[in-house]
Amino acid sequence: MKLLGIDVGSTTVKVCVLEDGKILYSSYVRHFSRVKECVLGELEKLRPFGGAFRACITGSAGLGIAQRGKIEFVQEVQAAYGAIRALYPQTDVAVELGGEDAKIIFVTGGTEQRMNGSCAGGTGAFIDQMATLLDLSVDEMDALSLTANKVYPIASRCGVFAKSDIQPLLNQGASKADISASIFRAVVDQTVSGLAQGRRIKGNVLFLGGPLYFLKGLRKAFCDTLGLDEEHAVFPENAPCFMSIGAAMYAEHCKEESLDEIKARISAVSDSGNITVGKPLFSSQSEYDEFVARHKRSDLAFRNILQYEGDAYLGIDSGSTTTKLMLITPENEILYSHYQSNNGQPLDIVVQKIREIYALTGRRITIRGACVTGYGEDMMRAALKIDFGVVETMAHFKAALHFNPEVDFIIDIGGQDIKCFKVKNHAIDSIMLNEACSSGCGSFIQTFAKAMGMEIEEFSRIGLFAKRPVELGSRCTVFMNSSVKQAQKEGASVEDISAGLSSSIVKNAIYKVIRARTSEELGEHIVVQGGTFLNDAVLRSFEIETGKEVVRPAIAGLMGAFGAALYAKENTPQDKLISTIATEAELKNFTYSAQSVNCRGCTSHCNVNILTFSDGRRFLSGNKCERGAGLKPPENPLDMYAFKYNRLLAMPAQKEGARGRVGIPLQLVMYEQLPLWTGFFETCGFEVVLSEKSSRDLYFKGQHTVASDTVCYPAKLMHGHIESLLDQGVDFIFYPCESYNLDEHASSNYYNCPVAAYYSELLKANNERLNEDNLVMPYLNPNNEKLAVKALAKALKRYKLPVSLLKRAYREGMRRVHEWHDQVVAEGRRIIAKAQEENRQIIVLAGRPYHADPEINHGISKLLNSLGLAVLSEDAVFEEGNLVKVNVLNQWTYHARLYRAAEFVTRHDGFNLVQLVSFGCGIDAITTDEMRTILESAGKLYTQIKIDEINNLGVVKIRLRSMLAAIEEQNR
Amino acid sequence: MKKKKKITIDYTEKYPLFTQDMKKDYTILIPDMLPWHFELFVHAIRQEGYKCEVLHNEGRAVIDEGLKHIHNDMCYPALCVLGQYFDALKSGKYDLDKTAVLIIQSGGGCRASNYISLYRKAFRAEYPQIPVLSLNFVGLEKGNGLNMTFRLLKKLSYGVYYGDLIMWLFNQVKPYEENEGDAHKTRLACLEAIKKAYDDGSYTKFKRQAKYIMNAFAAVSVRKEEKVRVGIVGEIYVKYSPLGNSHLEDFLLSEGCEPVAQPLLEFVLYCVINGVNDAKFYGINKKLAFIYRIAYKVLYKKERQLIKWMKQQGRFQPFHDFEHLRALGNKVCNQGVKMGEGWVIPAEMAGLSESGVNNIVCAQPFGCLPNHIAGKGATRAVKDRYPDLNVVPVDYDPSATRVNQENRIKLMLATAREQLAQKN
Repeated sequence: MKLLGIDVGSTTVKVCVLEDGKILYSSYVRHFSRVKECVLGELEKLRPFGGAFRACITGSAGLGIAQRGKIEFVQEVQAAYGAIRALYPQTDVAVELGGEDAKIIFVTGGTEQRMNGSCAGGTGAFIDQMATLLDLSVDEMDALSLTANKVYPIASRCGVFAKSDIQPLLNQGASKADISASIFRAVVDQTVSGLAQGRRIKGNVLFLGGPLYFLKGLRKAFCDTLGLDEEHAVFPENAPCFMSIGAAMYAEHCKEESLDEIKARISAVSDSGNITVGKPLFSSQSEYDEFVARHKRSDLAFRNILQYEGDAYLGIDSGSTTTKLMLITPENEILYSHYQSNNGQPLDIVVQKIREIYALTGRRITIRGACVTGYGEDMMRAALKIDFGVVETMAHFKAALHFNPEVDFIIDIGGQDIKCFKVKNHAIDSIMLNEACSSGCGSFIQTFAKAMGMEIEEFSRIGLFAKRPVELGSRCTVFMNSSVKQAQKEGASVEDISAGLSSSIVKNAIYKVIRARTSEELGEHIVVQGGTFLNDAVLRSFEIETGKEVVRPAIAGLMGAFGAALYAKENTPQDKLISTIATEAELKNFTYSAQSVNCRGCTSHCNVNILTFSDGRRFLSGNKCERGAGLKPPENPLDMYAFKYNRLLAMPAQKEGARGRVGIPLQLVMYEQLPLWTGFFETCGFEVVLSEKSSRDLYFKGQHTVASDTVCYPAKLMHGHIESLLDQGVDFIFYPCESYNLDEHASSNYYNCPVAAYYSELLKANNERLNEDNLVMPYLNPNNEKLAVKALAKALKRYKLPVSLLKRAYREGMRRVHEWHDQVVAEGRRIIAKAQEENRQIIVLAGRPYHADPEINHGISKLLNSLGLAVLSEDAVFEEGNLVKVNVLNQWTYHARLYRAAEFVTRHDGFNLVQLVSFGCGIDAITTDEMRTILESAGKLYTQIKIDEINNLGVVKIRLRSMLAAIEEQNR
Repeated sequence: MKKKKKITIDYTEKYPLFTQDMKKDYTILIPDMLPWHFELFVHAIRQEGYKCEVLHNEGRAVIDEGLKHIHNDMCYPALCVLGQYFDALKSGKYDLDKTAVLIIQSGGGCRASNYISLYRKAFRAEYPQIPVLSLNFVGLEKGNGLNMTFRLLKKLSYGVYYGDLIMWLFNQVKPYEENEGDAHKTRLACLEAIKKAYDDGSYTKFKRQAKYIMNAFAAVSVRKEEKVRVGIVGEIYVKYSPLGNSHLEDFLLSEGCEPVAQPLLEFVLYCVINGVNDAKFYGINKKLAFIYRIAYKVLYKKERQLIKWMKQQGRFQPFHDFEHLRALGNKVCNQGVKMGEGWVIPAEMAGLSESGVNNIVCAQPFGCLPNHIAGKGATRAVKDRYPDLNVVPVDYDPSATRVNQENRIKLMLATAREQLAQKN
């Protein structure tokens, strides 16, 4: 009896034949989305076996085929579970990574089977994506990772996030070996935190699935993180097709059929018609030709670099994934242009290209000025002594103005970011950048094309005339992946998918990034740019979606460089005859070496990358403050965030308490209520012990107890704080449950956020070290002294504290809360006075009290300081703000503070507001529009920064600088 | 510093109100939440002289409309509901100057209480003339909505019981019916009977109506076999709305399971008891708490009656006794967790497990804040007490595909089937 198992995964097809418990045959191939054809092809290879089979299908993409072909189906985890019990009965836990799924099966100690939720990267597709980004094959990446010296923290939750961590590392010159190892580590972290959810992975661990079989570096990362030795980490030979073996085992009860019968059933499977399709992008060739001709009109003139004599200006756009250069004449003719993928070595490319320019121009051309923009701006300026640097948003604006002086809307879709600006009165009025999550950008199509085994040009070209473009939704790439999977399952062709992807990128940009409600909102004169728009399918989708004819310059991909060149031209003084850029001779011998160290200046331990150039100069990057650059920070920085954090840390008296030691996790509500509870417990005779300072390591410490992988980072950090307190051996940990926050009489209600309010419940349920005794979590309302005291008395019953003492202690606590507020306000006044004296702009960095944690704000306040700005927090100014009535329910205390802080800013010159929002904070999703309304009512800019575990300020810096540039323009 | 007099700056934008004189000629659109309960609710509202209609439109167009108008960080239910409105309004079936839309709010510290403002914002862009009105029981949006008379309130409350009973019994009969379609026919007949009872006023004859429903379902001939029973708990919208949960109940039926959807009454009682707890734990709204306490007593007494009759009849598994549910809940999650669906989720899980339903789908919108705690967060605590529990949390989201969701549910079902096989 021959058993046939077919595993149709998201990227591969695995087939196996079993007879009498022996594996006769197994295979593993990528299906490049041609699922049905691939399965049929693989089955054909079984012909030599002859006879009949009992067949069973498994796998995420196999469900449709199985259902419609009427072939037995078994859920893939179940298939694996069956095979594990038959083949590896000693297994305690099995970890399986597939193309787009990750699974854990706990076999012993209560069987549990888990799959990744709908938002989870850290799978095979993620690794592929990262390899593409590094311009390596997955195998090369694997080999390199084994030679790594250090591991960088990389966000593991989703590919988009990881990318924004990796890109700057690449641009700063970190080695690909180290990055490769870091990527694998991120995958492991994702598996541990996202899937294990409170259960430890220990005992005999079986590793399954293609990536874990093929990638030694990934194996190593798992073994290292989980602390497994060779005996306990089992990597079976048949790991890649393990599920198909399981499926074959399940086929035992099916009826026997000949190979031809099985194949006939599968090939009869047709589209179910369940997918939604849109209209074709072009109905005819002539329509396309007309479209091409119209866009040809927006070309720049060229001038032959080999003949031209005279002045020239150089623009460099050192972007996140690509490097662009352009040399123009004073009449804006193109002498030279270049567009190239970075391959992680942007500096090498620029040096090489400038050498080439020198060679081409000979002595005929003088570069009067040069300017650089983009992620690599600082490094390029330092390395090549370039005259100007300009923030990329300004560069793009300059370029767009050239093509349409009337321009009122610019949208730029690049490799991994989307930028849009509205223009009013010839100045940038508002800037919208994609939030790290919703970026369905250019590199996504590219990765997808590769996954389908095509070049990007080919892939987008076939989409142009697709007959039935698939509607794929408009959200982040991980989601699009599964939409594509669904479409494939339903039988959509590659052409239809290609067209569908183009349209989702556009929809994502319009409705999610710009958040336009209707396309009229965009404006009348739209200039589109960025490499992604060179793709005609994307451009056409954009015109269809907006119903407008837009301008796409032929140099759409080079607009940053062109804008930089224009900037250089406009800003080079008459009397300056030659640019400071490295000369031909200097470049000849130019080399550099990269080195990365951990700064010891403070507890942040920033990863500082040091580039040493051949002339001995050095360039540092990655540091968040002056210390990393070897400078001494000022005594009293104009930084409310630092003030608050340092004061809070110093708040407990650190005196032994007669009654014992209480541990307080300095996180979430405690950033507001620490004064209350230190006051309370110290008066009661306890010593208050704080948890360690937040850090990424601390997060990892508690990662295994995180129950929900989509909760905000501050909440996730809480788990580490609890571990830290447990390790310090306190008598009990205190974190109350408070549905209600402090009532400041400025809102219709004074709710707490649901997560912060009840986090103790979750902690207790998911950390096996916590119990009724060592976690004290009374439910109380801080505004109601009587009930609060009652709840506290009950919670602390075992200490038999007299009610009078509790009451006195509570009052002392509340006194300290008010005192604390006064201190914050006083420091705010000091900062305002000093800033006004020094003529500095003031930024109200408005968020939640716990954003004062440097691990959560990632040093944004320091960054603002380094840009020459003074930093206040919302709680330093909100009391000066009027009460507000907004369009939404104003029923959360912290929201009311935000609105009032914004209102305060509208009435004060020299003040601007930046809102910090934690990723995943659903209740802040409500505030953003209101904050914008309040600020814009007074003509102030609204800037929002989303923060998560990402530890990279590159994007934030661009945002802040764009904002400053816009403020400057406004003030002109 | 001396306290200044507080000024209030108004940033709100005007929106159309729904006044009682619009009652005659406006059609009120109601989103699809609980397919069967709403039949009764709508009937009751119509009797008050309103013209209204429950929307049943579905598909990508609905979701796309939602995506266009709602911030993608907001939860899925907001998006579905708005999508249904806009898709319907664009169908051309309605006179746009004589249409209003209605949403149901529960209020509280969950951001869901803000949906109405989000909808208004969206309507302002495309249909500024259309009033958005609220149906709630906590005093939001006064003077703009249905005139909540005592008579209407009474009818709606009875609708909860009858709707629950019909849903509850249908699910116990449908998977086993001898003749395909019998259970559905019975369901329709019961709904008609109750509507008639609304018309002639006999809907308050609680025992008579309840017995009628029970007998009707008991009369459906069924096969004797054991099927996997799957409890559905979670966020209020996605656990009931077929649009929100990709037809979860139908999917479970097609997989040969018995879906065990929890009565709406449990959520209602949960909301009411929270009003009592608010005063007890937090010292808030003590006066209101008195009313809540009375309401709780009345509502709970009726639940007890239903349970008693169900037991007497003996054919069906009765509802969980809510007081018992509270006691179970207390062991796994404090009743202070009152935002969103709060402690009722773990309590229902425990209740299901006690009544022999160990397989559970916990349905929640992607990134639902309160359910970080009460759903995913508390599952472990429940599992510690009921080790046989087999729970799958499923996130619903505009872009999470059906394959993805069904694949996860199938995984849970595979375990469930194995447990069932082992038991026999």
